[in-house]
Amino acid sequence: MSPEKLVYQANQIARFFRSKPHAEGVAGVADHINKFWEPRIRRQFFELIDAGGKGFDELVLEAAPSIHRPAEEVA
Amino acid sequence: MSLIQETDYGTPASRAEKQVTLTVDGKAVTVPEGTSIMRASMQAGIEIPKLCATDMLDSFGSCRVCLVEIEGRNGTPASCTTPVGEGMVVKTKSDRLDAIRKGVMELYVSDHPRGFGEKAGTGASEFDHVISLVGLAENRYGVEGRNHVEAHGGIDGVAPGHGSLTIDYMVKDESNPYFTYDPSQCIVCSRCVRACAEVQGTFALTVEGRGFESRIVASMDENFIDSECVSCGACVQACPTDALREKAILEKGMPDRSVVTTCAYCGVGCNFKAEMKGDEVVRMMPYKAGKANHGHSCVKGRFAYGYASHPDRVLTPMVREKITDPWREATWEEALARAASEFKRIQAKYGRGSIGGITSSRCTDEETYLVQKLVRQGFGNNNVDTCARVCHSPTGYGLNTTLGTSAGTQDFDSVEAADVMLLVGANPTDAHPVFASRMKKRLREGAKIIVIDPRRIDLVRTPHVEAAYHLPIKPGTNVAILTGLAHVVVTEKLYDEAYIRAYCDWDAFEDWAAFVSEPRYSPEETARVCGLDDPELIRKAARLYATGGNGAIYYGLGVTEHSQGSTAVMGLANLAMATGNLGRNGVGVNPLRGQNNVQGSCDMGSFPHEFPGYRHIAIDPVRKIYEDLWGVKLDKEPGLRIPNMLDAAVDGTFKGIYIQGEDILQSDPDTKHVAAGLAAMECVVVHDLFLNETARYAHVFLPGSTFLEKDGTFINAERRINLVRKAIEPRARYADWEATQELARALGLDWNYTHPSEVMDEIAATTPTFAGVSFDLLDREGSVQWPCNEKAPLGTPVMHINGIVRGKGNFVRTEYIATDEKVGLRFPLLLTTGRILSQYNVGAQTRRTGNSAWHEEDRLEIHPHDAEDRGIRDGDWVRLSSRSGETTLRALVSERMAVGVVYTTFHHPSTQANVVTTEFSDWATSCPEYKVTAVQVSPSNGPSEWQLEYEDLSRRTRRMANVEAAE
Repeated sequence: MSPEKLVYQANQIARFFRSKPHAEGVAGVADHINKFWEPRIRRQFFELIDAGGKGFDELVLEAAPSIHRPAEEVA
Repeated sequence: MSLIQETDYGTPASRAEKQVTLTVDGKAVTVPEGTSIMRASMQAGIEIPKLCATDMLDSFGSCRVCLVEIEGRNGTPASCTTPVGEGMVVKTKSDRLDAIRKGVMELYVSDHPRGFGEKAGTGASEFDHVISLVGLAENRYGVEGRNHVEAHGGIDGVAPGHGSLTIDYMVKDESNPYFTYDPSQCIVCSRCVRACAEVQGTFALTVEGRGFESRIVASMDENFIDSECVSCGACVQACPTDALREKAILEKGMPDRSVVTTCAYCGVGCNFKAEMKGDEVVRMMPYKAGKANHGHSCVKGRFAYGYASHPDRVLTPMVREKITDPWREATWEEALARAASEFKRIQAKYGRGSIGGITSSRCTDEETYLVQKLVRQGFGNNNVDTCARVCHSPTGYGLNTTLGTSAGTQDFDSVEAADVMLLVGANPTDAHPVFASRMKKRLREGAKIIVIDPRRIDLVRTPHVEAAYHLPIKPGTNVAILTGLAHVVVTEKLYDEAYIRAYCDWDAFEDWAAFVSEPRYSPEETARVCGLDDPELIRKAARLYATGGNGAIYYGLGVTEHSQGSTAVMGLANLAMATGNLGRNGVGVNPLRGQNNVQGSCDMGSFPHEFPGYRHIAIDPVRKIYEDLWGVKLDKEPGLRIPNMLDAAVDGTFKGIYIQGEDILQSDPDTKHVAAGLAAMECVVVHDLFLNETARYAHVFLPGSTFLEKDGTFINAERRINLVRKAIEPRARYADWEATQELARALGLDWNYTHPSEVMDEIAATTPTFAGVSFDLLDREGSVQWPCNEKAPLGTPVMHINGIVRGKGNFVRTEYIATDEKVGLRFPLLLTTGRILSQYNVGAQTRRTGNSAWHEEDRLEIHPHDAEDRGIRDGDWVRLSSRSGETTLRALVSERMAVGVVYTTFHHPSTQANVVTTEFSDWATSCPEYKVTAVQVSPSNGPSEWQLEYEDLSRRTRRMANVEAAE
């Protein structure tokens, strides 16, 4: 998907979890993305994060270390 | 197989606990207090003749045929209106009773065409039955009734003016596509009038005139089609003569066999008797023992089954290399082999994750289970999704987060104990009509309703129903209004502390209570955000819900299809927990689900992150259950959701899809993006009844089967597992579950199901909430509601009794975040979308029936003020544009809309309403924001460029190599 859309969707998740206590919010974002984002999307997510994470909500950036990096794709 | 006849006990059952014993014709019978003598007799096996009584309706006592004698009482009271008494001795037969009944029937016959014994009616007529029951043998008054023309010399009923004395004759009303009204056959028993009022709650019928002139009329003596009649069929079902009769029965005669099955339209899940003559279904009769509908129906389930035999049905598989090629007919073997080899080729070339499947919320549980199994076991990934993605996925997420299960909390019967209904973003009279009738009945009994909806829907004000409060909020502000209501509940201390302390997480409550108490959620602020004039309305509504007795929340897609859909569902659950409105009859949080089996398709593991029974695929012990059973290693990473599949297709990593019974091109948002995704795929397999919109992009087409052609189960909005029974053989050789099995076999899987019951056995063996379910159980009980297992062997009508499933109910902060879809100078209006009674979703079925008589096109509803601003008159063509695209349709100027909000349905493909909707979606579940799109409306001359292009594409992609062989 387009990088803008991915950033937007991650930030949308962060906006919900922002109303929670901070630590819970960070864990919530990570847990949500781990549970529902297919490896391809997480791979693209990490490409954007690794490139500086421009545009991501602070909460998403904080959650990133707890998000599972997908294994290399197997054919 | 024979014709199932349900006993008509004449009057409704009494619910009294106290039992009363009486004697009828020497037989002792024990019944609940308040039962009528008529019903008690029938229970004892003694049928008392009756005309104006039927057990769907309250007794009326007008026909005077059901008279009986009671020892120690004078006269001959009507058995329908006389309740039983302890020790009562009733005689239903005597010379006196015989003489009275014969006298009454003789009078009826004298004013009834086709006098008895001459020419039998359809055989559907109870009237004929009563004549024989009372043994009427003569008619001394002649048959020249004033309101009909008797057959003379073979001419069957002649119009007035031919010289006979037929001053009250009225011509037959054949305006309704499904039934006729022949006034001359009417005996004015008023069963139809009462059915319309008591059962359906529409009040479209009345008795006009007196004596011989009295006649049933629709609305203000209009044709049925032009009247308020909603064609639910209750009057036709109630009519004891052939005055109101199905056209199909008049044309084709009475059915000779029937099976009980479940309607395949909405999430109410009505049971019907599918009645056949030979191999043809001639009538769908609501089944009184159906626990969701109790013998009622709507225009769709009752009448709109003709699509099953429509010539547009594709009955032969088809294949083509490229979507620009014409279709070529193929054998099943060839089509399946093609699909299988393409899927294998694509996976070899692009990776295991490059293909996926979509299960259908229109198909059975067993069929969706098999499609997800095919994806997980056969494709080796979790790329499976279902149309719940675009409707109630937020319900699953929101309810699971707060209550620990995605289940709706009640059964439909629960509404009978509701004192206050809070209806949010749902329009049941159109979308869930049979349940709406139950709601209206309860409202007529005195329950109150609060409506939160941008539109002034019918339940705001309709005959004998007036909402206590209507909060016409701006689309997209659900979370604000729900948090605002919570603000009042908390700050005015209307919450149920005892309930919360017993069943909920008290710390979470305190945190939430502090959050909602913030001044920014005060009624004044909330009213401003939601566009409401009067903040007091919010206070009053909250007070009524919290303190008005049993408070029941009903909601629909107006809650879920938003950027904050999941948050809003949590907001509803918060309100129910805070006010203690959970865990008993008459309360709860009730999602009104759209599709016949959207509940089931979710239950069956159609989502890319979970197995059947809502268990996440990353949970090792759960995965092990299936790995052991299916003999493969299963992927523990979540798969792609439908919008993700389309994104991945555009990106070039997703190349093949098997779509069973879903038309994503028409039903999913942002049509152009869907089209681009489909066009980028190398193998699209569409498995459907019709060459639907998505099939434009298909390479393989597999013919589907209708619900009449297969066995299986559907699960309705109340978690009720209903049996679907095969009425006729699959018209295209395979029922859908068989076609999926054949595809699995073509892929090399060793599947050997011989009947859907074996699939259900596998589901029961692997899914704790279904552990007790089997076809045998369903056959025996009629239906059960999951969870159905050791703890609840006959199912669970009401959830969260004596404790919330999660353990402790979880209050969640529901911060209102305005959608980014905002009105501005270019797009100053908000578009919201919905449905209409006579049509169903994308209309693939209903458009192919007589239902189009009511809704032949989608219209844009617009407030007179907005219309006048733009120089738009009712019926004008208008251009509807958003930042996504534009389409044209005709305007319907209506005060049901608020200023600044326009509305349309999406039942017709040519309208292309989803060209206009955007890519915004629920933060948690990607459920699209169908309910809010910023648009502009302007006068137009005709179809948009996209519509013209689409028509052209349509022509090009639907060509057949051999036109003659299309059917």
